[in-house]
Amino acid sequence: MTTTPTESARSADAALSGGPALPAARGGCPFAPPPAYEEAHRTAPVTRAPLWDGSSCWLVTGHAQVRTVLSDNRFSADARHPGFPFLSPGRRELVNRATPSFLRLDGAEHARQRRMLTGDFIVKRVEAMRPRIQRIVDDALDRMVAEGSPADLVAAFALPVPSLVICHLLGVPYEDHGFFQSRSGILLDIAAPAESVGAAQRELTGYLTELTGRKRREPDDSLLGRLAARPDVSPEEAAATGLLLLVAGHETTANMTALGTLALLRHPEQAARLRAEPGLVKGAVEELLRWLSVVHLGVPRVAVEDVDLDGTVVRAGEGVLCMVSTANRDAAVFTDGDRLDLGRDARRHFAFGFGVHQCLGQPLARAELQIALETLFRRLPGLRLAVPYESVRYRADMVVYGVQELPVAW
Amino acid sequence: MQVTVDQDRCCGSGQCVLTAPAVFDQSDEDGLVRLLRPGPAEEERAAVRLAAALCPGSAITVLDE
Repeated sequence: MTTTPTESARSADAALSGGPALPAARGGCPFAPPPAYEEAHRTAPVTRAPLWDGSSCWLVTGHAQVRTVLSDNRFSADARHPGFPFLSPGRRELVNRATPSFLRLDGAEHARQRRMLTGDFIVKRVEAMRPRIQRIVDDALDRMVAEGSPADLVAAFALPVPSLVICHLLGVPYEDHGFFQSRSGILLDIAAPAESVGAAQRELTGYLTELTGRKRREPDDSLLGRLAARPDVSPEEAAATGLLLLVAGHETTANMTALGTLALLRHPEQAARLRAEPGLVKGAVEELLRWLSVVHLGVPRVAVEDVDLDGTVVRAGEGVLCMVSTANRDAAVFTDGDRLDLGRDARRHFAFGFGVHQCLGQPLARAELQIALETLFRRLPGLRLAVPYESVRYRADMVVYGVQELPVAW
Repeated sequence: MQVTVDQDRCCGSGQCVLTAPAVFDQSDEDGLVRLLRPGPAEEERAAVRLAAALCPGSAITVLDE
């Protein structure tokens, strides 16, 4: 086998980096970050770690350092920059094929595209959506209860609720959910072969190109209807934005709802607090966001200039992976951070990221999680796991962590 | 305490409105920050400091007198 100079340089680089291979395996507690990341964090907040492809990148585990990287424009979110760290062949495949959404753009172009959408996600507008979200939550629970105990909470509740909400907001027909949920499942699977990820991406892009094309010809008042009708938005841009919002809009909230429910079932004293004091729900959701950190594989960036990161020099062209999960338990900010405590002030968490790319839909995600969890635990006081805890299967290989299914009884 | 906001840096995350709603608002049109009270009352100041720390775009500046 011949080795190219780049490959040998990469192997040498990987051999020099003593950190955990990325992404690291999870350990005993399914709610905790992989032990290798916690170990790295105990060594230093910025360490070097090898990636699957033989290259290596900087593993940033400290709260202050994650904050710096994500808010400093010398770190780029644009995956087309050489040195950008990819977590799997599939993640790399996407860059070669797809028109980047604004999630993977920097500077003025990122701001231009994001600002077309910020008005739709302002706190006031999301507050006005609460009655509709409550109705969707109530209907899903009514159906689940009518069909009888036990049920899979993911399929009956956690997944349909945010899917219905985002479909209504975007103007995507909910009856297509079987299609877009299965394809987004492949898109976010780091164990899926690159060809499958590429195919899922093509199918979803084709679907959204068709949908936004139809809306361009026959405008409606939905978010994608208004976006597609704008003369300053290209068809490719409308489809890429639609794809980002559709996938981000249901996967994250769905997994937080199901994993958050499991966390509360495993901490009955915390669930009891929530039931006794419904006003606690806002803080409870912040704490669950912090403690669970479902965007668990890290937030990737690449340095475009040399940066001194608290004494570690990150060179231009070097990849950085911000580990939100360890930052969210950093003792410098969160006392006894491994403990779930619904009464703590968890607002400095980075579950939605930080910097100009921080989640656009966070007010909506918060409202959905608050309504879903408060209603679920209030209406089903006897809610419990219907299978042994040890048999619950997790989404370790998915960009968004969670449970594959959650059999519950009540 | 004197508060200023920079709309060019604002990315419309809404953290300030959630944290200190008496001091910050978001425009209905573009979602960007609007300052309601450049000189917040005593009881609002802790929330304003937190809002500045939570702002992902560093769009809020707080000057203590």
